[in-house]
Amino acid sequence: MELVIEGLVKDFDSVRVLEDISFSITNGEILAVVGPNGSGKSTLIKGITLIHEPSAGSITLDGTEVRKLDPIDLATKIGYVPQNFSYTLYSTVFETVLLGRRRYIKWSVSDEELSRVQQSLDALEMGDMAGKYMDQLSGGERQKVFIARALAQNPALYLFDEPTSALDIRYQIEVMETMRRITWQQDSAMIIAVHDLNLAYRYADSVLVLSHGRMFGYGKPEDVLTPECISNVYGVDSFVVKNEFGKFIMPFRVKNSDVKG
Amino acid sequence: MAPDNPQEKTGKPLVYSLYRQGSSRRIVFIIFLIVLLITAAIMSAGIGTVAISPWNTVLAICHSFATQVNNLLGNYIPGIVDWYNSIPYPTNPQAELIVTGFRLPRILLAILTGMSLAMAGAVMQGLLRNPLVSPFTLGLSSAAAFGAAFAIVIGPSIFAAFFQVSDDVFIIVMAFVFGWLCMLLVYGISRSRGTNQATLILAGVVIGYIFTAGVSALSYVTTNENLRNLTVWLMGGMWGASWTSVLILLPITLICLILLMRMSWDLNALASGDDVAKNLGINVNKLRLRGLMIATFAASCCLAFTGIIGFIGLMSPHICRMLIGNDHRYLIPCSALMGASILLISDTAARTVMSPVEIPVGIIMYVIGGLFFLFLIIRSRGRGLY
Repeated sequence: MELVIEGLVKDFDSVRVLEDISFSITNGEILAVVGPNGSGKSTLIKGITLIHEPSAGSITLDGTEVRKLDPIDLATKIGYVPQNFSYTLYSTVFETVLLGRRRYIKWSVSDEELSRVQQSLDALEMGDMAGKYMDQLSGGERQKVFIARALAQNPALYLFDEPTSALDIRYQIEVMETMRRITWQQDSAMIIAVHDLNLAYRYADSVLVLSHGRMFGYGKPEDVLTPECISNVYGVDSFVVKNEFGKFIMPFRVKNSDVKG
Repeated sequence: MAPDNPQEKTGKPLVYSLYRQGSSRRIVFIIFLIVLLITAAIMSAGIGTVAISPWNTVLAICHSFATQVNNLLGNYIPGIVDWYNSIPYPTNPQAELIVTGFRLPRILLAILTGMSLAMAGAVMQGLLRNPLVSPFTLGLSSAAAFGAAFAIVIGPSIFAAFFQVSDDVFIIVMAFVFGWLCMLLVYGISRSRGTNQATLILAGVVIGYIFTAGVSALSYVTTNENLRNLTVWLMGGMWGASWTSVLILLPITLICLILLMRMSWDLNALASGDDVAKNLGINVNKLRLRGLMIATFAASCCLAFTGIIGFIGLMSPHICRMLIGNDHRYLIPCSALMGASILLISDTAARTVMSPVEIPVGIIMYVIGGLFFLFLIIRSRGRGLY
């Protein structure tokens, strides 16, 4: 699988939200998209899934322009987890995950689909929660259910819009570890919009920094996520800590404020 | 994995047993509703000014059906006459006329109307992901009422004569036309703002108000006699029952039911939001337009014959969702059967409680359905509705 994006542009009612975005990603890779609120992270991800069709530019998946693909084929190739998800009280966890298999279900559900659902739930260690109703879960558990739904879709490319935003620190690490494992095991790629720069730093193979809809930086995390870049994009002073566990970014104050670091 | 995990014991994944259990539970519930509906229909055909035993009712229906078949096919298939003669007459000589001539069309009309409104409600709620949506709240009923009021107040003098149709047919057609017009209007407005579901519902409510104002204006200016007709129509009921109406509505209801049930999986997916549904390969706009059109068609066809019947389209889907969950493969047929049962039982009560005086079906329905609904909310583990 190789996704290549060239010169992607998105306008909403003559307001340019994304301008000239180009990058590529292949199997086994995780690309983190970072940037301040409103910088276009969600729009970029929705653009790739064609939920908001781009105004210009090309998105090619294995050499095929995705806009020329049948939406049904596209559904088997790209799995998407939105930032805000809706659900009904009367659905159980496994019914929600089962929707990921929508493309393979005509009317009744085969054993194979059910075992896929079980695998997806097991991958996120939620196997024993299958029978619970969605409203009986915590916010973090619900988010994991939606990630499991994307896993059940078994696509080559995953797109996650802030998958860890509702999770506590333990879940955040668990989910990111799981995603890292999945990209290697399933030989798939992942694009993750994320606010936590340290998660991007640790788990991503490459980072795309967006600022006001433009690419501010693109490359390996340690090359891109520098204090200068963070200062320019977020207007925040930060420093990098190195120890035996790795490198960490410590944002500590709004630029030019006189808070002692 | 924990040793007490069911997967270890059965060798099958947990979801496997959950899925089978869920499916069989829902199928049992559907069968229960079918049995309930048939029993209610037979009982209902027996109750009235002339009481007829259930056995006589069944005999009357069978005999009448056999007569029809014999008249149609008796000359062509020789065996049919013997079969016809083998069916005994009901012991009560009037039974056949009363049951098939008067009560059965009314019972069937109640069943078909209940089915149509409830399945339309279930699908609309699913399509718009909103618990408040029903044919009534989307302005459909008010628009149909306006159409009917327009026909009653202005129609007989001009249009009916022009189109060479009777007043009744004219009322039905007008109710139907305005029902659709309203749905197109609602959809068109929301579409121009990018099919936001909140916009759609708001547009429906507002258009409903406008049509209600129209109905008020018409009833204000009209004559006493027309006002009476109008009021009767607005209250809704199964007065308009005839075999013709049943034969028109039967195929419409069944075809719409099948078409809507075919959307079940897409509706299930839509519960996760438009974006997720799109990602699953569903053309959300097309699904929403098609679903709304079919549901409107089914609902407005029935409303045209019965007048305004609210409540069922809103409540039946909720009752069923609380009982069997949100899987539309089961929810749509369950809602249809639930709606049919509630309307049939209410209508039977409405025509027998103060017999020979009939009371409007709405009065009974709101009480029966409302109490049942409150009972479900109270015992729903404190989870509320949405």
